[in-house]
Amino acid sequence: MSFRIVVLAKQVPDTRNVGKDAMKADGTVNRSALPAIFNPEDLHALEQALSIKDKIEDAEIIILTMGPPRAAEIIREALYRGATSGYLITDRKFAGSDTLATSYAISLAVKKLQPHLVIAGRQAIDGDTAQVGPQVAEKLGIPQVTYCEEVTDVNEDELVIKRRLERGIEIVKSKTPLLITVHSSAPPCRPRHAKLLMKYKHARTVSELVEETKDYTEMMTNKPYLRIEEWSVADLDADVQYLGLSGSPTKVKKIENVVLAKKDSIDLTADDKDIDYLMKELIDSHVIG
Amino acid sequence: MNNIFVYCEIEDGQVAEVSLELLTKGRKLANEINRKLEAVVIGHNLSGIEKQIFPFGVDVLHVADNSRLYPYLTLPHTEIVVSLFKQEQPEIALFGATSVGRDLAPRVASSLKCGLTADCTSLVFGDHTENKTGKEYKNLLYQIRPAFGGNIIATIINPDTRPQMATVREGVMKKEVFNSTHEGEVKHVNVDTILNDSHMAVEIIERHIEKQKINIKNSQIIISGGYGVGSKENFDLLYELADLLGGEVGASRAAVDAGFVDHARQVGQTGVTVRPKLYIACGISGAVQHTAGMNESAKIISINNDPKAPINQIADYTIIGNVEDIIPKMIKFYKKNTK
Repeated sequence: MSFRIVVLAKQVPDTRNVGKDAMKADGTVNRSALPAIFNPEDLHALEQALSIKDKIEDAEIIILTMGPPRAAEIIREALYRGATSGYLITDRKFAGSDTLATSYAISLAVKKLQPHLVIAGRQAIDGDTAQVGPQVAEKLGIPQVTYCEEVTDVNEDELVIKRRLERGIEIVKSKTPLLITVHSSAPPCRPRHAKLLMKYKHARTVSELVEETKDYTEMMTNKPYLRIEEWSVADLDADVQYLGLSGSPTKVKKIENVVLAKKDSIDLTADDKDIDYLMKELIDSHVIG
Repeated sequence: MNNIFVYCEIEDGQVAEVSLELLTKGRKLANEINRKLEAVVIGHNLSGIEKQIFPFGVDVLHVADNSRLYPYLTLPHTEIVVSLFKQEQPEIALFGATSVGRDLAPRVASSLKCGLTADCTSLVFGDHTENKTGKEYKNLLYQIRPAFGGNIIATIINPDTRPQMATVREGVMKKEVFNSTHEGEVKHVNVDTILNDSHMAVEIIERHIEKQKINIKNSQIIISGGYGVGSKENFDLLYELADLLGGEVGASRAAVDAGFVDHARQVGQTGVTVRPKLYIACGISGAVQHTAGMNESAKIISINNDPKAPINQIADYTIIGNVEDIIPKMIKFYKKNTK
């Protein structure tokens, strides 16, 4: 059996650069105006999987994501970079899931795939919680190694991993099966491969085929690798009480938009006299000196 | 039963700063709802550790002392905490939002099937009425955190599951000794009845942890640079001014991502929270992620060539111009006019 790696990835709104277009008149963020991207640390996770595949030739990389139908976009993105196949967990019943309910759904999918290794980004930029990785590991009953910078040695039974911590590093060894989460200090993901782009540009989920006017059905019958599998609640045999809002112990009580309160600011120029004035103020008021 | 628990991190026999900050917060929360404050310490060679912990007002300290428990490993620490929480049924459990706390807390929460909120910036009690059922809850922990890249502030509650779990970053809560002569009760956890070999699946081969060298959190003057500083070399100007004023250099996430400075200097939602008496923001536009970590500074100066930079909104002084022109002028004036 080949060495099977499942990479967990999430499509997220790009919250890092909220430009002027994404701001509403009242100073709040228009979320729908933000581009949907491959969560940055999940790309680092994919690169770790690809570099393992460089070492273990018959390694297989399955990209697994959960989200709305359009999240299939990041599965194609992963296929262009060297993933073997992709699965999308999608169902309206998952809506409103917090990290615990999300982890439950993902863990059921991972169980079906029976990998040696699960690799995820440390956290997603829309929530920054870093909880789903450890919670999936707990639900699977396998060990976890978080904050990974590099898998330095790997075979079917064992991995050696370098972790990046706040004030140093740790090198750990673990048996498989194992879940690791990858830190942003890990190597960035390699770019799309032109041949893979040609090969997978028509990869679609069945829902996407239904949406699109062009009919790829015949092509997908001939080229089964173009099919992105979709899993619903029923496919995962999931217990609905553990999903969505009912399966989420945390509730959002209130959301407030951050609006900076304007202070009365003294405006200065780069002229010597302005800078001298400021420095004198700071020295006289004992803020400095 | 139903008390407030704080998981205390240990490095080289010292309780982490963030844990002491959480004990301070935990004491206040415990007083508000008339519960006890309990602490959990897991490690090895811990005799005397209570001396560091009791002054923060801890009533009961649970100590798990075993050679398999230091340095930190996910599975054994999870097993001990889960076993203790099942027995003690905490109302609230707080963890540092560190590489340890953010590794441990989610695993514990998953095992106990309870809610966890990461990186809280504020924890207060409040009431809640469930819309559908009309059920009323008193004194729920409001776990307040930035979300969506810091563009919104969310208040999260866990109405029905216990403990109500939260992680908090270092520097967010204030550390204050409750009573230097306060004494509590020490309870020892029977580690051998909890751990087995399967919990030792991960083995540490090497470990290099440095003492915290850069400590911008406790600095009263911070000269902070953003992407607008332009280069690693231009940051030297900031270091020069910081040295002169007895301050430290901070940075925005963009400057850290660009490789201009070390992550330890990052201020903001994914860095440290600071409250200096003077904060000079150089070439920082002022994304909410950043301002969330510095807007309580006593005095804020913004140096930016964009008059519309959001940070100018919260600045006491705004200097429109280039960082590399203005900082040398500040240095020159200061050298000439002070001894």
